[in-house]
Amino acid sequence: MNLLEIEYLKTYFFTEAGVVKAVDDVTLSVEKGSTVGLVGESGSGKSVTAQSVLRIVPRPGKIIGGKVLFNGEDLLLKKEEEMRKYRGKKISLIFQDPTSSLNPLFTIGSQLADIVIEHEKVKKDEAMERVVKALRIVKLPDPEHAIYQYPHQFSGGMKQRICIARALLLNPELLFADEPTTNLDVTIQAQIIALLKDLQKELGMTLVMITHDMGIVAEMCKNVVVLYAGNVMESGSIEDIFERPHPYTEALLKAVPRLDETRKLISIPGNIPNLIDPPSGCRFHPRCQYAIDLCKERKPPLEEVGNSHFISCHRWRELQGGRS
Amino acid sequence: MPPLLEVRDLVKYFPVYSRGIFRKKIIGNVHAVDHISFTVNERETIGLVGESGCGKTTTGKLILYLEKPSSGQIFFGGKDIIQTFSKGSREEQLKLRRSMQMVFQNPYASLDPRMTVYDIISEPFKIHRHVPSSEWKERVYKLLEMVGLEPYHAERYPHEFSGGQRQRICIARALAVEPKFIIADEPVSSLDVSIRAQILNLIMELQEKLGMSYLYISHDLSSVRQISQRVIVMYLGEIVEHAPTEKLFDHPVHPYTRALMSAVPIPDPKRKMNIIVLPGEVPSPINPPPGCRFHPRCQYADSKCKEEKPVLSQVDLDHFVSCHYWNKFL
Repeated sequence: MNLLEIEYLKTYFFTEAGVVKAVDDVTLSVEKGSTVGLVGESGSGKSVTAQSVLRIVPRPGKIIGGKVLFNGEDLLLKKEEEMRKYRGKKISLIFQDPTSSLNPLFTIGSQLADIVIEHEKVKKDEAMERVVKALRIVKLPDPEHAIYQYPHQFSGGMKQRICIARALLLNPELLFADEPTTNLDVTIQAQIIALLKDLQKELGMTLVMITHDMGIVAEMCKNVVVLYAGNVMESGSIEDIFERPHPYTEALLKAVPRLDETRKLISIPGNIPNLIDPPSGCRFHPRCQYAIDLCKERKPPLEEVGNSHFISCHRWRELQGGRS
Repeated sequence: MPPLLEVRDLVKYFPVYSRGIFRKKIIGNVHAVDHISFTVNERETIGLVGESGCGKTTTGKLILYLEKPSSGQIFFGGKDIIQTFSKGSREEQLKLRRSMQMVFQNPYASLDPRMTVYDIISEPFKIHRHVPSSEWKERVYKLLEMVGLEPYHAERYPHEFSGGQRQRICIARALAVEPKFIIADEPVSSLDVSIRAQILNLIMELQEKLGMSYLYISHDLSSVRQISQRVIVMYLGEIVEHAPTEKLFDHPVHPYTRALMSAVPIPDPKRKMNIIVLPGEVPSPINPPPGCRFHPRCQYADSKCKEEKPVLSQVDLDHFVSCHYWNKFL
């Protein structure tokens, strides 16, 4: 069963310079208990999609259309008070920068306990116990002592562990991790990836991993959604995405250097488009080596081309034929 | 042939002061760079990798004398850099500066927002006076073309460009003085994935065309493999391994290098990682661990590693590693 289904989500930002179509008709689904990768470059709309699900899109952003079905219920129709029962409790979020997402003025214990007290109306002692337990789950050393310390006393990797503990406090069903390792060193990134994988297995949690790193996706995810300029380019199983990719995904894979081989990098020409005035038709067409006139004129629909493999491309079938 | 750049026993300590208004006492030193030596040959790219705080950026700044070394020697084309910048004439200093340039990590912070691209790229001409002013315009256009920009871009301001284009401007500025050696400090890490390949390819093409050497500083092992001929791995201010790229990536010897490589996710679902998870984090460089600096995180460490500092041993003709037990890992 799908825990989360997003249909034709549109989130626009109404800036002075114009309307930024950050998320435009995004459709995707997340199976219960799976790990889904939400991949894209900056400005692809991956973070805004997560924010839209939680309805915490910062101003001047606004969700102007679509559906967000969580366990079959449309979150976009909920009242604000109802929504507060979802945030943190049923759906939780880990941010990219652990330093700016912890309050420097409060101890770890008190700022994490507040969350438990607010949602579950328990006594402070009990809340603190829950915090210690959560910190133990994320393998923070000496959690009994850590709750009396302030964020600045921890390193980046430890802070990210604390943020993961915070996200897990209320046993959410769905966890968004928004580039959780981008600011960390490689060896610390490996620790956090190992931790998230363990947690996902032990707690049976549904995890949506937002990232720009195809390596992390290959390592962690079962299913992948590839976003570009606010549109879904493709979605499907990890094998489909790597073996029968959309032209954008294919170009991206050819453009990243790999640790296990030296090869010629084929760069993608041009720049990421401005979303106030996005390209007509397929948004990737100005940078796509296979683009034809049709790509410029008409936006390709997101079609199912294989078992749960969805592609938005006019020429994909034809290109696959040529390849095989 | 003598190397273009030679670094000998280079050291940089940053003093740490006690708190106090009147009397500040030095209570320790950050061992940012601790007795490192290496050479860079002509037309060669050396990759310098390590995690944050390992001293890779400081090494780059020391070579350009943007930071004053605590001790050690640096020779560039036979000239003693430290002597020239501490005692030499301005003329000599300018001459050295002309042959060495730097490209920084963040192209948003390293371009003056109030100068046009033309002003930015022609500023080196004003300082070094190696091009008559009648030829400035032509030279700026030529540089723009070299880095893949158009002549009309010269009249624009930095904010009108994307990150990748700005990095191209930074590269054009560095090339304006026709340097023999460029230090590129994480030139692609702030750029988007689809733009990185453009800049990496540009850097490699320019080397082929103009024949300069690079010191490529990065934490990203994959891009280091792509671009360098030799690689130096640093940990807490020291060199732990130093080898030609293929040797290092195919047969890493030092336990730290091996762990570092195992931690990089590979974009291929068929190749699952075998992560060697290192316990703990990089220790403070103020009081680095005695003996081998990596011993608190090394699964093979024993009492010898705790007490005795390993020296850089020669594994192979051009492969060096700093570990007591490197024989075990061959």
